[in-house]
Amino acid sequence: MTIEIFLQHLLNGLTLGSLYALIAIGYTMVYGILRLINFAHSEIFMLGAYFVFWGVTLFHLPWPLALVAAVAAVALVGVLVDRVAYRPLRDAPRISALISAIGVSFFLQNVAIVLFKAIPREVYRPEWLENPMIMGGVRVLPLTLFVPVLSLLLMLGLMYIVYHTKPGLGMRAISKDIETSALMGVPVNSIIALTFGLGSALAAASGIMWALRYPQLQPIMGVIPGFKAFIAAVFGGIGSIPGAVIGGLVLGFLEILIVAFFPDLAGYRDAFAFVLLIVVLLVKPTGLLGARPEEKV
Amino acid sequence: MNALVEARSLTMRFGGLVAVSEFSAAIAPGAIVGLIGPNGAGKTTCFNMITGFYRPTQGQVLLDGRDITGLPPHAVCEAGIARTFQNIRLFGNGTALENVLVGMYVRQKSFWWQSALFWPPALREEARQRTRAMELLDAVGLTSVAGEKASSLPYGAQRRLEIARALATAPRFLLLDEPAAGMNPQESQELMEFIRHIRDAFSLTILLIEHDMKVVMGVCEHIYVLDYGVTIAQGPPAAIQSNPKVIEAYLGEEALAYA
Amino acid sequence: MKRYHVFALNFMLVGVLAALLVCAQRFLDGYSIQILNLVAINILLALSLNLIYGFTGMFSLGHAGFMAIGAYVCAILILSPDQKAMLFLLEPAYPWIESAHAPFVVAVFAGGLAAAAMAAVVGFPLLRLGDDYLGIATLGFAEIVRVVANNVPRITNGALGFKGIPAYANLWWNYGWCLLALVLIVRILRSNTGRCFKAIRDDEVAARAMGVNVFRLKLLSFSLGAFFAGVGGGLLASLLTTIDPKMFLFVLTFNVLMIVVMGGLGSVTGSVIAGAAVTIILEWLRFVEDPITLGSVTLPGIPGMRMVVFSLLLIAVILFRREGLMGTREISWEGIAAWLRQRRKA
Repeated sequence: MTIEIFLQHLLNGLTLGSLYALIAIGYTMVYGILRLINFAHSEIFMLGAYFVFWGVTLFHLPWPLALVAAVAAVALVGVLVDRVAYRPLRDAPRISALISAIGVSFFLQNVAIVLFKAIPREVYRPEWLENPMIMGGVRVLPLTLFVPVLSLLLMLGLMYIVYHTKPGLGMRAISKDIETSALMGVPVNSIIALTFGLGSALAAASGIMWALRYPQLQPIMGVIPGFKAFIAAVFGGIGSIPGAVIGGLVLGFLEILIVAFFPDLAGYRDAFAFVLLIVVLLVKPTGLLGARPEEKV
Repeated sequence: MNALVEARSLTMRFGGLVAVSEFSAAIAPGAIVGLIGPNGAGKTTCFNMITGFYRPTQGQVLLDGRDITGLPPHAVCEAGIARTFQNIRLFGNGTALENVLVGMYVRQKSFWWQSALFWPPALREEARQRTRAMELLDAVGLTSVAGEKASSLPYGAQRRLEIARALATAPRFLLLDEPAAGMNPQESQELMEFIRHIRDAFSLTILLIEHDMKVVMGVCEHIYVLDYGVTIAQGPPAAIQSNPKVIEAYLGEEALAYA
Repeated sequence: MKRYHVFALNFMLVGVLAALLVCAQRFLDGYSIQILNLVAINILLALSLNLIYGFTGMFSLGHAGFMAIGAYVCAILILSPDQKAMLFLLEPAYPWIESAHAPFVVAVFAGGLAAAAMAAVVGFPLLRLGDDYLGIATLGFAEIVRVVANNVPRITNGALGFKGIPAYANLWWNYGWCLLALVLIVRILRSNTGRCFKAIRDDEVAARAMGVNVFRLKLLSFSLGAFFAGVGGGLLASLLTTIDPKMFLFVLTFNVLMIVVMGGLGSVTGSVIAGAAVTIILEWLRFVEDPITLGSVTLPGIPGMRMVVFSLLLIAVILFRREGLMGTREISWEGIAAWLRQRRKA
């Protein structure tokens, strides 16, 4: 393997990893606050991709406008899902909300099948993203650079909101103790809605970039990236946003590099993440940066 | 004195916090012993160390001379130690009778498939268990509600059911975590009688955590006092009541009025 | 009500069921019989998941994995060596795979055993996890099974799967296995072991304090459930006559979970009723997915609509009637007798 090809793999890993990271942030924020694995998150990701191409092809919106509109629409879907399917179950056993989430996931997936048909579609890519550039002997698609950079900007934006604004303070408070936060006057339901909105917006952005990078749309496209991103969140320590970012990147690199160095294992590509998940859960269930309270006897 | 249960300098640390430090006790067969102390003194932690829920950072637990430190809770129970919980933990969906039957599982001889396949000895054992469980319910005065859902029983009945369930495991040593909590004076009076009664009827040795000083002083023969994880006093009730360290630890609580 | 009364009534019930099956076989068309077969298999699967989740409280999402193991083992054993020689196009099968052959009942049993053994192996580390973590880990296990099935062409024929599996799974086999599962599971649940399963579900800490070896019983319940999931997978393989890794996606587990939740977590009768109802409605809803011709006008079918309806139904059940149809209640002869007596009095 030449150094150029290795660099190429590293770049691919970075791209894939930052896409996972963007999705993982949504999982980790929701889990941190509600202790809920939001199964529907992978469908939110899928909807983001569909919406933007709908906007472009059906409504002939210019790209930037279609992007913004799609992200906003998906954020709204995320908030709606919480309002309808999770909020009534706040006081129910945790698994009830999880089953509801699985239901929502299948619902959205099949609504997408009804609306968009099950067959995969080609994605139309704007031209300026198509022409490869040669940088130091490495052939680079503009997208390969565009994805990590935009992801980084989005993550920084999110970190700013979580760590430097008042609603962000609310989020952190709720994730520590939801009841006490409510007593202290934190508007719990609006903050949770905001969390869903932000998480969904990031997932939508990820979905859009995913569709540009691997140019195909289909209703089940979110399932595998969704699982992997969730695993990334667990690996990084569920509830921790930096953890989700690190987990996503690690998983992205691992996946690309294992396949690059052991081409025989390519068929098992989708199983790596699950093996990693099981190992992490058994060895260090709190992940890299996470902490969970122990159960009291 | 030949102790049935012996705790040898049990110590429990959670990170930097020492919850219990060097707790030692020797409990004679047939004794009723109290463990008291202000909230957060480490009483329940002691229970959890003895019953295997926590592995002590240091120290040993001996039952009849056998070292049972570090055994998992179910093995501790099998060895002959049963307990109740401070905030009642019944199997809410089961009936009172079923709760007691679960307690008998640890002594069950037949395997799971034997009863499923109508193996006669296993069926006979189940019938015996049922009879025994009804006897135990009778002993705690719950025969009439044997078929009721445990979570629907009144508070006092739930406490007694928890004791019946513990007795079903055929223990030699019973740990009661605040049995009188939430009881009125009349009820706690009855509870004292009841504790003495089961000690004699089931030839038990009992260790109890209790905040109700009337109960502790009335029923216990020996008392250990914990404060911030340290054993500050031990002795018969009369000595404990006049112990200045104990009074200080309890200042403003029931003991002061009682002393 | 005496024990032999119950026994006689149960005996009669089985007789009635047998008579109904005879009638079904004689008078119903192939499509309806297929649905009846699916009803039996779905009830079996629902019972097995209910044992794991509804009665022992272990949220497992690995059912598709156990079913896949049962289905592949059973299919390999009932396909004749000649058929297998023809089937393995990608790469030839291992000789022991090609020569393995067994009668149907043994094959199904072996499928169940293989699934149970796998459950014991993965359960050993995984059952220490609680709640949602267990769910996601078992889901991961099922996905790994699927990916492996795709990648060991000398055993599973890779992505092509098996075609032309002998269709032994008729009404008698399916209902026979279903009944066996029902009786065994009910017997276990009524024994003290079953009470301990429920105790673990209600309060694991208290169960441990009462001397219940929680881990061992969890492993037992998990393996038993996996056994019947494997049996269900084997029957399904023979009923559908084709299997491939894509059949064992998460949606398969979802369907079983849906039946269990709708019937009531911790209710055997709930699983039986919901198993029948959900299967029939799912089949009936196929019409919305097929094109409908009314005179000269053809309305196009809407693919995906079935699952839209069902996922909505599941969400509605969780939101508005969390205990499902039956909650933890059961319909029993004793219950019916008591109800009749009460009515007579009134």
